[in-house]
Amino acid sequence: MNIVVCVKYVPDATADRQFESDNTVDRVGVDGLLSELDEYAVEQSLQIKEKREGEEVTVTALCVGPAEAEAAVRKSLQMGADAGVHVIDDAIAGSDAIATSLVLAKAIEKIGQPDLIVCGMASTDAGMSVVPAMLAERLGLPQVTFASVVETQGDQVRIKRDGDTATEVVGGTLPLVLSVTDQTGEARYPSFKGIMAAKKKTVDTYSLGDLGVDAGSVGLSVAWTEVAETSARPPRTAGEIVTDESGSGAAALAEFLAAKKFI
Amino acid sequence: MSEILVLVDHVDGAVRKPTLELLAIAKRLGAPSAVFIGGAGQAEAAAEQLGKFGAEKIYAVDDAQIKGYLVAPKAEALQQLAAATNPGAILISSSSEGKEIAGRLAIKLESGLITDAVDVAADGTTTQSVFAGNFTVQAKVTKGTPIITVKPNAAAPEEGAAAGAVEAFAVTISDAAKTAQIVASQPRQATGRPELTEAAIVVSGGRGTGGDFSAVEALADSLGAAVGASRAAVDSGWKPHTFQVGQTGKTVSPQLYVANGISGAIQHRAGMQTSKTIVAVNKDEEAPIFELVDFGVVGDLHSVLPALTAEVEKRKG
Ligand SMILES: Cc1cc2nc3c(=O)[nH]c(=O)nc-3n(C[C@H](O)[C@H](O)[C@H](O)COP(=O)(O)OP(=O)(O)OC[C@H]3O[C@@H](n4cnc5c(N)ncnc54)[C@H](O)[C@@H]3O)c2cc1C
Ligand SMILES: Nc1ncnc2c1ncn2[C@@H]1O[C@H](COP(=O)(O)O)[C@@H](O)[C@H]1O
Repeated sequence: MNIVVCVKYVPDATADRQFESDNTVDRVGVDGLLSELDEYAVEQSLQIKEKREGEEVTVTALCVGPAEAEAAVRKSLQMGADAGVHVIDDAIAGSDAIATSLVLAKAIEKIGQPDLIVCGMASTDAGMSVVPAMLAERLGLPQVTFASVVETQGDQVRIKRDGDTATEVVGGTLPLVLSVTDQTGEARYPSFKGIMAAKKKTVDTYSLGDLGVDAGSVGLSVAWTEVAETSARPPRTAGEIVTDESGSGAAALAEFLAAKKFI
Repeated sequence: MSEILVLVDHVDGAVRKPTLELLAIAKRLGAPSAVFIGGAGQAEAAAEQLGKFGAEKIYAVDDAQIKGYLVAPKAEALQQLAAATNPGAILISSSSEGKEIAGRLAIKLESGLITDAVDVAADGTTTQSVFAGNFTVQAKVTKGTPIITVKPNAAAPEEGAAAGAVEAFAVTISDAAKTAQIVASQPRQATGRPELTEAAIVVSGGRGTGGDFSAVEALADSLGAAVGASRAAVDSGWKPHTFQVGQTGKTVSPQLYVANGISGAIQHRAGMQTSKTIVAVNKDEEAPIFELVDFGVVGDLHSVLPALTAEVEKRKG
């Protein structure tokens, strides 16, 4: 069984994230890391492998991104993925979800015969939660997405999906695209053994040429949407803070809410 | 004036409020046409309401081949309708399903896609809030038919009598689109309170509640508010995931957000930072949530909230 897990390298959410002058996300000035939400995808991939004793299962971590993005693949290898693929090409910079999904789809075809493609529920940067659905569309595969619980048996996959208005059980037959939420359970930390083992694993790098993708079909200049402006939200003006002393806090808060016409 | 397709979000025929907001936005862009994918007679039953809120036309798409499968068949149906009507734009609610339909449709139509708009101007320029609400982005689709998913509360529904003429539209769904099967579905239990993403006031509780949400709920009810929760409260099993506010839960942008026993982690802020007025009760004066508030009380929520609720009830008379 071949599992490909799509992992993105993103600016640290707890750092001071910025835009570049061309309105693309600054991916160099801010420390980056494997998107936390993709750790859940790696974890579920590893759990599926572990449950399939006696079956040959390969988990390949796939990342599209700049040179630094190899760190996301490395971390996946440390967690326990078997192999890594990093698609790197200057032409990719500034790609939107449409172009990213194209590159991912071509890379998955090159990796060859995947049974299961696992994604996170969203990128933690300017994530749209659309790449998994787009991948399914491009690869002509079923999508079972936003899973909070994943079960597989043979070639069957069943997930629980918490929708806006209902909780659904969705089923599909491999090969398919799966995306998982942070409800699927904590991702493991790389163990010392895992870190040592990862040093011996190789990360294959592909360029767009290797994938047969025309450089003119990706990147900022051909994106199907254009960002006209980015602006930092004005900082909230400091509010009033009171310390409660035997009921004074509630009274002051009620006064505030009344002045604002909430009561 | 070109047609603007609005995908109707409904539960068993009952139209959800964000659809009415989409119709108001569609009116700025062109002539609103609602796309109602549903069972026999449901579109006709909803026609009066959809017309009242601006739909000139209502395309009734029979869901016999669509319901029971995830996302892909709806994207196919919209593709066929777009081919027949050549719309000026397609508007969809920013739910997880809505965004996925939009994603597949963008590839089918070779059209640009913008998700999570909090506003759309008459020229199609969208406003989005990114990086946990720290940045505002203005963007526009430059290729094909603009496909835009819009967050709840992005516009106020507008009444204005439009024709609301129902027209059946027949679609053919491929077998390839019928591969992710919905095997079971359990509708969400009604809470009797406003919908979290639609509410004007949200009262949330975090780990600081210690698992007892009664004071949070009593305050919410006195204010007519929805109840929310932090992930810590959800992970502890105190509230179901549908209550979660934040990066991996709901984004809310109410007139008033009241955070109780919530520290204010970046992932929580991501879901509430754009609220108009923010209030917090927390016993730690150093809690980062206080950086956001218009009014904060340093104190124990178990005593502050009941006193506040009593005060609210008293003022209501
Ligand atoms: C990938 C990822 C996604 C995440 N997504 C989300 C998300 O969508 N939503 C979300 O909320 N979090 C999310 N988190 C978790 C987030 O980082 C925080 O862990 C979480 O928000 C903390 O919840 P909390 O504020 O309730 O708990 P804590 O941080 O433990 O804060 C509890 C607060 O309660 C106060 N308190 C305690 N007792 C009382 C009392 N009696 N009266 C008043 N105050 C009291 C304390 O002073 C403290 O400030 C995510 C994390 C990750 C890594
Ligand atoms: N550049 C990328 N490289 C690898 N995987 C990606 C990339 N972008 C998105 N993904 C995958 O798609 C998921 C959803 O991303 P998004 O649609 O951007 O929110 C992520 O959680 C990843 O699994």
